Amino acid sequence: MSSSKKIRVLVAKPGLDGHDRGAKIVARALRDAGMEVIYTGLRQTPEMVVSAALDEGVHCIGLSILSGAHNALFPKIMELLKEEGIDDVLVVGGGIIPEDDISELKKAGISAIFGPGTPLDEIVEYIKANVKL
Amino acid sequence: MRDDSKLRDSTKKWEDETVAKTIKRFPEREESFKTISGLPLKRLYTPSDLKDLNYEKDLGFPGQYPFTRGVQPTGYRGRFWTMRQYSGFATARETNQRFHFLLEQGQTGLSIAFDLPTQIGYDSDDQLAQGEVGKVGVAIDTLADMEVLFEGIPLDKVSTSMTINAPASVLLAMYIVVAEKQGVSMDKLRGTIQNDILKEYVARGTYIFPPTPSMRLITDIFKFCSQNMPLWNTISISGYHIREAGSTAVQEVAFTLADGIAYVQAAIDVGLDIDEFASRLSFFFGSHSDFLEEISKFRAARRLWARIMRERFKAKDDNSCKMRFHTQTAGCTLTAQQPDNNVVRVALQALQAVLGGTQSLHTNSRDEALSLPTEESVQIALRTQQIIAHESGVGDTVDPLAGSFYIESLTNAIEAKAMEYIQKIDDMGGASVAIERGFIQREIHDAAYQFQKSVDETKRIVVGVNKFTVEEEPQFDYLRVNPKAEKEQLTELKKIRTKRDDNQVKHALKVLRDAAESDTNLMPSIIEAVKVYATLGEICGVLREIFGEYRAPDIL
Amino acid sequence: MPVTDLVNGVLSGKRRELARLISLIENDDGDASEALSQLYKHTGKAHIIGVTGPPGSGKSSLVTKLTAEFRKRKNTIGIVCVDPSSPFTGGAFLGDRIRMQEHYLDNEVYVRSMGTRGHLGGLARATSGAVRAIDAFGKDIIFVETVGAGQSEVEVIDIAHTVIVTDVPGSGDDIQAIKAGIMEIADIFVVNKMDISGADKKVTEINTMLDLDPREKAWRPPVMLTNSRSGEGVSELADKILEHLQFLNESGQMEQKGLKRSRDELYELMRYKLTQDLYQKLEGKPEYEAAIKKIAARKEDPYSLAERLIAEFLFSESR
Repeated sequence: MSSSKKIRVLVAKPGLDGHDRGAKIVARALRDAGMEVIYTGLRQTPEMVVSAALDEGVHCIGLSILSGAHNALFPKIMELLKEEGIDDVLVVGGGIIPEDDISELKKAGISAIFGPGTPLDEIVEYIKANVKL
Repeated sequence: MRDDSKLRDSTKKWEDETVAKTIKRFPEREESFKTISGLPLKRLYTPSDLKDLNYEKDLGFPGQYPFTRGVQPTGYRGRFWTMRQYSGFATARETNQRFHFLLEQGQTGLSIAFDLPTQIGYDSDDQLAQGEVGKVGVAIDTLADMEVLFEGIPLDKVSTSMTINAPASVLLAMYIVVAEKQGVSMDKLRGTIQNDILKEYVARGTYIFPPTPSMRLITDIFKFCSQNMPLWNTISISGYHIREAGSTAVQEVAFTLADGIAYVQAAIDVGLDIDEFASRLSFFFGSHSDFLEEISKFRAARRLWARIMRERFKAKDDNSCKMRFHTQTAGCTLTAQQPDNNVVRVALQALQAVLGGTQSLHTNSRDEALSLPTEESVQIALRTQQIIAHESGVGDTVDPLAGSFYIESLTNAIEAKAMEYIQKIDDMGGASVAIERGFIQREIHDAAYQFQKSVDETKRIVVGVNKFTVEEEPQFDYLRVNPKAEKEQLTELKKIRTKRDDNQVKHALKVLRDAAESDTNLMPSIIEAVKVYATLGEICGVLREIFGEYRAPDIL
Repeated sequence: MPVTDLVNGVLSGKRRELARLISLIENDDGDASEALSQLYKHTGKAHIIGVTGPPGSGKSSLVTKLTAEFRKRKNTIGIVCVDPSSPFTGGAFLGDRIRMQEHYLDNEVYVRSMGTRGHLGGLARATSGAVRAIDAFGKDIIFVETVGAGQSEVEVIDIAHTVIVTDVPGSGDDIQAIKAGIMEIADIFVVNKMDISGADKKVTEINTMLDLDPREKAWRPPVMLTNSRSGEGVSELADKILEHLQFLNESGQMEQKGLKRSRDELYELMRYKLTQDLYQKLEGKPEYEAAIKKIAARKEDPYSLAERLIAEFLFSESR
């Protein structure tokens, strides 16, 4: 009867690469774990990602990028989230992201980076455990 | 067809007595075995499985219809496949250096990777290009970049493959003009443009325009090249990206050929004769992990395409029925964990492609699950091909696995199952409609999700990922794209913009616009625009205004 | 966040506060009704347009194009899109974002997606509250896009002033869907022709069906042709939507709609409150559990027990 709280996640592909296999698989796994998933589609600018996150009132943003532009785009997204006053949203990332970029990204506010080969369950559990509802 | 009742009896006897006894003591690892694509496997294949096979009709001879045994009569006994490593990063200057390195190492063809802004028709100084310039390939804004890219490389001596789709006409035009400046006329140019937009909608994502004008750009190229560039491959109909997006082997064959059918039909619809353009169509497949399934896949694809061309499109010329293809080992099978293991994976996948009769091959580098490859890694990848060619001996006889009960059975099965899909797509109204409805995307996505789950549940083992794992130090030795590349590219572009004659550019773009609004072939006006240093972004910008932009349907 | 901050935020046009409020409404939070009750007097200004129709009939594309059209006319826009939640996991893909991309960066367009969370009728339970919040937020026009599963999506008339039913040329099944349920709720039909032929035939089919409707109607739903890819016909559709609004106002139907809506809503809220109340009072009570066992064992019948428990739990002062 009473509708319970649902985790709402924005799965976004910033940057220009079209490799959305990973993003879509993760989106599906999150849905199958009972979350409400909003998928933005390809080629999102940081402004678009943050605007969608703001309107949709999401609790988590999953960013997927394989083009190598993460160092430019991820921190930009974090900055805009702060400007909009929604930096309490959990932000996680995935894709082809070299190991020694990770600490910088974390410093910028990305909570976790999931590289190739991460089991889906691990991502689901991480979000469930860390999201602020 | 021969009577095989005796053989069936003895097979039954073997199963009931010999096998049953063994299984009792040593059960098999699985209750049932399947290929990585999910095709069921028998314990043993015998002549019974091939009793309907007609050698002349179904296999034939190498270089002859239906080309099951290859498109070259002498296989690799005359010439090995083209060893073609896909490369490109940062600026034209740096990529040019890598090209020279690869050619010195014995590579026999060039293959250019472009950065994403180039692939989507944006200049490096576009706001959307921020952070992407030179990242996954070389940045090309104007003819000037292309001139630098091929500096010191005689274009009548190399064949060049360009992974470019939506703006393929523009890059082809630049190549033609660079060659002209070298004194090489376009009828001598050898190479390939990918030019396969349908799979961009499905799997790769670097589309710009909606389907209808995109198909027009493609048929304009077909027409232009059939008159001016007899040695140029006008399209590389690609299954690779479909496979990388998670499809099965059968889906890879089916969806690629369905795309192929759509292109052929589009060309016929604008009045081209099938035998005028079909021999310049080429294909591109992935080489995934299931060794024997992949070999069978290549053979099945070749036979099915030949039959489609002859039976459906009534091609008279045998050359129109030849499926020539490039192969790349599967990037999605590379692991970030224990990356040196990837060398072994790539070796096996490369061997499959050779046994399947590929015309050219790219072997991935071990570090590509982490970043772009270092020079050392690229060298190992290239050496892998050279070892297969020069040491293994597999290229010394043609199609050595033909006649294997298993290989031929699987070849038949893949062909039949792919045909079922093609039939289904035909019933919907062809590949374009199936893509519009999201059918193809959903099929691929379902397969990808199932595969990932089977890995997560360790029903499928990936060595170093879900079994045989070790604690390892993160790897820090990999190629970093020169962080100054973006800035350098912007400076160069700015220089060109001030140096060129803006009136000429304006005029050329006006001519292009008029051509786009009418049904004049676009190639000549694009060549003229390129010559006066109009940028890629300006040219695509004009076309964007007239053709509009494609938006993907939401398929999850 | 305190309710007053939330209310002030919404009234002063802060998207973050609006988004938070809608989340609270979705989660059935107590603060949500408090905030909505404070906001109520600021609502009733927006023109609410429902868009429904079978899957694949181009609802989202149409809403996107209409948004562009009304933006040209300087209207501000809110969009609520509803997608089905999985009955098994409760999860949902809220996919329409992809089509709305061109309006992402337009501050005058607010887009919110919601899952049905088990609610039937083509909307989510929270849709009505969300629309009201966006109304208070000050958007001129609010589009409500239904799930699009077909037959039973008639709930949108309770919310919308103008209902658009979309359809595409092609399969005859669609027409069945329309006949079965959503035919009656349309104020405007839109045949989205895209690249497919047969659009004119579809228009004729719908008109024929309208001719068969014996009821006298002051507004006969027009059948419009659009191409939601090229935008063809969208401007005419926008005109027709405004014409319908004018008709509602001049014919007095707007007032009637308002009264009906208020009556339904009041009743619905009371009913919901009561059931909530009942649920909370019964949940886990030994008498309740014992009653269930007795019914299953055929020692008592559910009919009389229902009466008795209601009297005892809901209307007894001592509880």
